[in-house]
Order: sequence, then structure tokens, then C-alpha cells
Amino acid sequence: MERVLVKKRPYKKFFVFGILSTTLYYLLITHQELVKELCSKGKWYALFPIITAFVFSFVHGNFTDAFWSVLGIEPKKKRKEVK
Amino acid sequence: MVGEVLTQTHFVDLGIIQILYLIFVGFVGGLVSGFIGSGGAFVLTPSMMSMGVPGLVAVASNMCHKFPKALVGAIKRARFGQVDVKLGLIMGASAEAGVMVGAHIQEYIKRMWGDAGSSLYVSFAFVIVLSIVGTYVLLDAFKTKNVNGGGEEFEKPDNRIIRFIHSLRIPGTMVYFPSIGKEISILVTIPLGFATGMLAATIAVGGFIGVPSMIYILGAPALKASATELVIAFVMGAGGSFKYAWSGFVDIRLAMFILLGSLFGVQLGAIGTTYVKDYMIKIVMGTIMLIVLASRGLMIPVYLHQLNVWVHLTPEMIKWLKGLSFAVNFTALLVGCFIVLGALIKGIKEERAYLRKEALRIAEEKALERF
Repeated sequence: MERVLVKKRPYKKFFVFGILSTTLYYLLITHQELVKELCSKGKWYALFPIITAFVFSFVHGNFTDAFWSVLGIEPKKKRKEVK
Repeated sequence: MVGEVLTQTHFVDLGIIQILYLIFVGFVGGLVSGFIGSGGAFVLTPSMMSMGVPGLVAVASNMCHKFPKALVGAIKRARFGQVDVKLGLIMGASAEAGVMVGAHIQEYIKRMWGDAGSSLYVSFAFVIVLSIVGTYVLLDAFKTKNVNGGGEEFEKPDNRIIRFIHSLRIPGTMVYFPSIGKEISILVTIPLGFATGMLAATIAVGGFIGVPSMIYILGAPALKASATELVIAFVMGAGGSFKYAWSGFVDIRLAMFILLGSLFGVQLGAIGTTYVKDYMIKIVMGTIMLIVLASRGLMIPVYLHQLNVWVHLTPEMIKWLKGLSFAVNFTALLVGCFIVLGALIKGIKEERAYLRKEALRIAEEKALERF
């Protein structure tokens, strides 16, 4: 039935991670000088860009994942029959 | 220390235009990389360099944006059953060693010949690798398409090298890889992984060696090879990024703005792979490679001029070459964008038409049952 074909869209994930992602990017844009300084220091400060990359990827990754699902763009389902 | 030599002046200033450009470049790079599995950094590194970012900072920042993204892509494609984790981890470990060696060479060149030397080295590596791999991939794509219409069941190339590698038996080194369906000696995968890492540290795109070598030497199907490359990219990218960040070469702002666009793209590109035939991925890969090759090739005389070696150009010629290189690079971005989005839209339309037909069929069956 149609019930099987309609999938619930992840609106909650979309909004929560959307807000978090926007906040992170706002902070990055407004604190560019500090970020530049921390990145150029090197040595153990190397952890700063690495951790930043992970945090942004997690938050923004979840947001973009939900984004395409909310728009209804999903991977093709595998079917057994061959043309 | 190399890190002490570097000052903040190596990090460019970013205004709103530069940020928007990075986001767009990231989106297209992500779209292409999710689709072909080879990082997409081959459009990102040159695009950053065209903004005035030195070659080494572009490679380092690119690598740093790429490895968490590769993780996202790998998890996503593992859900589609396309990832060979064992092959990815084994190749990734040897790629890590390659990254360390490659990064040392990069830092040495930067120390000896400055930004122009570094950019020349990166561009030269691009031209060599892209001309070889791009031509081969494109020729193979058309061959696969013509032989069997690109059917997924028969796409596996079976050349003499693959047959030899599959027949090779070295006791104590044999490992079974599910994506290939055969046992292969790790003495074969180690140099391939090492070369992948070396290239990743040089141009931030290890996938140019990783993906084709898995397809044409190990005999893995293209879809699985491109998905497994994401595991390798994550493993070596994490190590390589830390190494570059340790020396202060990673501009995380560049990396994160690229990431902003590219995560939208990479998810869409990965979804796109489920809608297209295997040869299509190769056509996209080959076409973009050859366009980027032209773009980088145009910049080589400019870097040689800056280093005062062989070539002497007038300021007008330098301006003209830079502009043309930027335009050609931009064309590569647009071509990639159109091919992937086109394939995706066509695939989704067909899928929706199929689902509508199915829903109608089920409804009709139910109606008949009622009578």
C-alpha cells in the first residue's frame, strides 16, 4: 500500500543540526584572526584544526544528511528483477 | 623548524566573496568526490591555489577537510554495501607511510624554493598524473560502454595484470578481499597503498592511484573501489593532516568553508552512484581529470617565471595565463556538476515513475482481491 512507500522525513535532526551548524560557522567567521593564529602555531596546537574538522564534520554532516532526506532525495532501493 | 618559518601571511584574508567561492567550489568538489570516490580534491586544490593560496597550504587544508568527509562518505556507502573495509584498512595503513614521506618532500621543497617552488611541484605532479590516469580511465569507460552497454554485472575489467595478480601465491601474505572475491598478496597492496599516500601528500588526491589501481590491478569493481577509497582517504588523511598541522600549514578556515559546501555535495554524489551505471562514473572521472590537467598545465610557465627558470613572461602574459587557467578550472567544476546532477535527476525521475507504477499495480491487485 501507499503506507510502505512514504518515509518519515527527519525534520527534528534537520533543525537541531541546522542550528548547531549555523552557530559553528558564525563563530568561525567572527573569530577569523584567532583561528588563523591557532592554526599557524603548529606543534600540539595541531590538535585544534583536527578537532575542529571533526566537530564541524559531525554537526554539518548530520545536517546535510537530514537536508537531502527532508527534500526527499534518497538512494535508489535495490531491486531483484533485472531488465 | 618549518612551522616557525611560516607566518600568518601565508594564510589569505577571506572576505564574503572568497567565502562564497569556497563554498561553491566545495559543493562541486564534494558532488564529484561522492560520485567517483576520489576526494574531489583535484578540483579543490587548484581552485584554492587560484585564489592565491600557496600550494602547500592548499594541499594541507584540503587534506584536513577531506578526511572527516571521507568518513561520512564511507559510512554512507557502507550502508549501500559498496565498501570493502578490510581492503580499505590494509591499503590505508601503507598509504599512511606514503603520506609521511610525501609530506617531508613537500616541506623540503617549500623550505628550499618557497611558495612558487611548492606550487610548481604540486602543478607538475597534477599534470603528470592526470594525463596518464585521465586518458586511461576515459578510454576504458568507452570500451566498457561499447562492449556490454555498461551493464553492472560484466563491468569488471579482466586484463593480463589482474590475471597475474590473482594467480600470484606468496605464502603467509595472502588475504581474502570480499570486494574482489579472491585472495591477494598484501605484498601487492602495500606498494599500491604507499603510492596512493605519496600522491595524497603531494596533490591531496590519493584516489587517482588508489581507485584505478584497485580496479585495474587488483580487479575490484569500480563502484566498490571508489567506495573503499573513502576508507583509505580517511586513514591517510587523518595522519597526513596532523603532520601538516604540526608544522602550521593547515588553514582550518579554508578547510571548513570548503567542507560547508562539500558535505552537501558529497551526500548528493553518493546518492547519485546508486542511480547510474558503472561506466558513467569513469566517464565523469576521466573528463574532469583532463580539463583540470589543462588548467594546471597553463600555470606551469607562470611558476617557472616566478622561480626565474627557463621561462620569462611579460606581466600581461602572466595575467592572461592565470585568468585562462582559472576559467578552465571553473569549466571543470561546471562540467562535473552538470554530469552528476544530470545523471541524478534522470535516475530519480525513472525511480519515481517506477514507484508510481508499482503503487498503482498494488492498488489494482488489492481492488481485484476485494471482488
